[in-house]
Amino acid sequence: MTSGTDKQFPTAVPALRAHPPSVSAARARRWGAFFYAEQVLRVMRGYSWSFIMYSIAQPAAYLFAMGVGLATLVDANGAAAFGGVTYLQFIAPALIVSAAVMTASGEFSYPIMDGFKWRRVFYGPHASPLVPQQIAAGHVLAVTLKFLIQSVAYFVIVALFGGSPGAWGWISALVATLAGLSFGLPLMAYASSITKDSGQFALVQRFIVVPLFLFSGTFFPLDSLPVAVRWIGWISPVWHGTELGRVFTYGMEENPVLTIVHVAYLLGAAAAGWILTRRQFVKRMGQ
Amino acid sequence: MNPDAVIRAEQLRKHYGDVAAVDGISFEVPPGESFGLLGPNGAGKSTTMKMIGGVSQRSSGKLSIMGLDPDVNGPEVRAHLGVVPQQDNLDEELKVRENLIVYGRYFGLPLSYLRPKADELLEFAQLTDKAKSRVDALSGGMKRRLTIARSLINEPKILLLDEPTTGLDPQARHILWDRLFRLKEQGVTLILTTHYMDEAEQLCDRLIVVDKGRIMAEGSPASLIREHSTREVLELRFGSERNATIGAELQGVGERLETLPDRVLIYADDGETALEQVSARGLHPLTSLVRRSSLEDVFLRLTGRSLVD
Repeated sequence: MTSGTDKQFPTAVPALRAHPPSVSAARARRWGAFFYAEQVLRVMRGYSWSFIMYSIAQPAAYLFAMGVGLATLVDANGAAAFGGVTYLQFIAPALIVSAAVMTASGEFSYPIMDGFKWRRVFYGPHASPLVPQQIAAGHVLAVTLKFLIQSVAYFVIVALFGGSPGAWGWISALVATLAGLSFGLPLMAYASSITKDSGQFALVQRFIVVPLFLFSGTFFPLDSLPVAVRWIGWISPVWHGTELGRVFTYGMEENPVLTIVHVAYLLGAAAAGWILTRRQFVKRMGQ
Repeated sequence: MNPDAVIRAEQLRKHYGDVAAVDGISFEVPPGESFGLLGPNGAGKSTTMKMIGGVSQRSSGKLSIMGLDPDVNGPEVRAHLGVVPQQDNLDEELKVRENLIVYGRYFGLPLSYLRPKADELLEFAQLTDKAKSRVDALSGGMKRRLTIARSLINEPKILLLDEPTTGLDPQARHILWDRLFRLKEQGVTLILTTHYMDEAEQLCDRLIVVDKGRIMAEGSPASLIREHSTREVLELRFGSERNATIGAELQGVGERLETLPDRVLIYADDGETALEQVSARGLHPLTSLVRRSSLEDVFLRLTGRSLVD
């Protein structure tokens, strides 16, 4: 039975209400790193055109120049030096890994200085329920996604050029992502410790990134270098990543122990870099 | 002890090495009050704000915000607060509206709430027509208003404002004061630091005067002026050469005399009478001005220094 007072009226639009602070805090404690990653990705979206060009046009240009130009010359002089595969197949994993490391050198240097010093963007979320280690983790998560997209795109182009004959070649995109982190996280730890920019990142670029790119078995096998400079490869995430990538793209024969060393090295460098980064963020933002 | 206080500090200290930035300050803020920390640069105001904001650990003392210890429950404390820092740290690569939405995400707020809320706050900050602009295209005053809008995205009950109008032109300051006044009317507790006495007088129900990390005085702007200064002040300028030497000849005029490099201040309840006494002594200043006492005079009295150096 209904009376006049029970009559249903259309309800008004409910006023906007934020959830209580306790809910904000609980969600931030659980998902804070993802919340910050979302911010970094939104900023990256503003540069999506240059990212697409970087991820597609550059690999295509590299592969065309190396695969069609240089490879013709190299392959004509005997492929034995490269383990019986074409020159393109030999360098393809190295190019994928190098691209990720190059991206890492950009994403884990200037943006960190920017966050702490120039535009101080880390201090906005710092006043919110997020904690410093979540801000660091959010940046890493967003950049990891960027590595992954870029490496997959690079791999697809490599595959189209016939640079990855094996069925497991796609794993090289994951390897490149890991290599990017194993180089990038120690760099991020260093970047977060710098309080004054005196051109340190340009030095990193010239005296660390470029030598790693050139002397990590990228364009020729590491053992064709004099023993005196082979150590550059041994400590280089580019070399460990490249060798691992070759195992997956064309089934390069390698002592399984060495394969484990590559994985352990990449994981170890990334983990050490992350621990130092985390410590540095907490120290610097908790003063 | 006020059982309703939303902020309670007892003997709060912060040391950086041997330097005490905050040296044992105690205060309470009841809900809905507009509470100010007035003092010169380097007095310890921003450090106190950082401790309240749960981003800087105290060296000793007790501090509770909404009954929570910020050093233990940082995220929970910060979830209650809105913060307007001294230096804008907006994301200049994002659009104006996106800055609000992204910030709201840090509180785990859903987009279904954030989208209309962002529009509401842009309206409040008079930035609706700039919603799609990039932040770097905004003026200083607009950026400040956007920062305030951003701090309100989680509907905080407590708003911390560190030097909210520093660097703004007078018109931009008045717009901002108006917005803050509205928040106060809505019952938001405002905690603000400033070294502008007019700002403190406009916005604060009660304030503490801070210098060298310590509280020099506490009370409402009117009561502080009543307690530490006279009703009026006579400002005389005799020229920078003579200001310092003429002080001796003015002894006995008004209740108290302050000689500054650029002017002489005579504290008296009746400034006009004091000016007549000066003239009667055959002294003729280049300019004279009778005004009401302000917090600047209180600060000068308490510390012997000006607020703005």
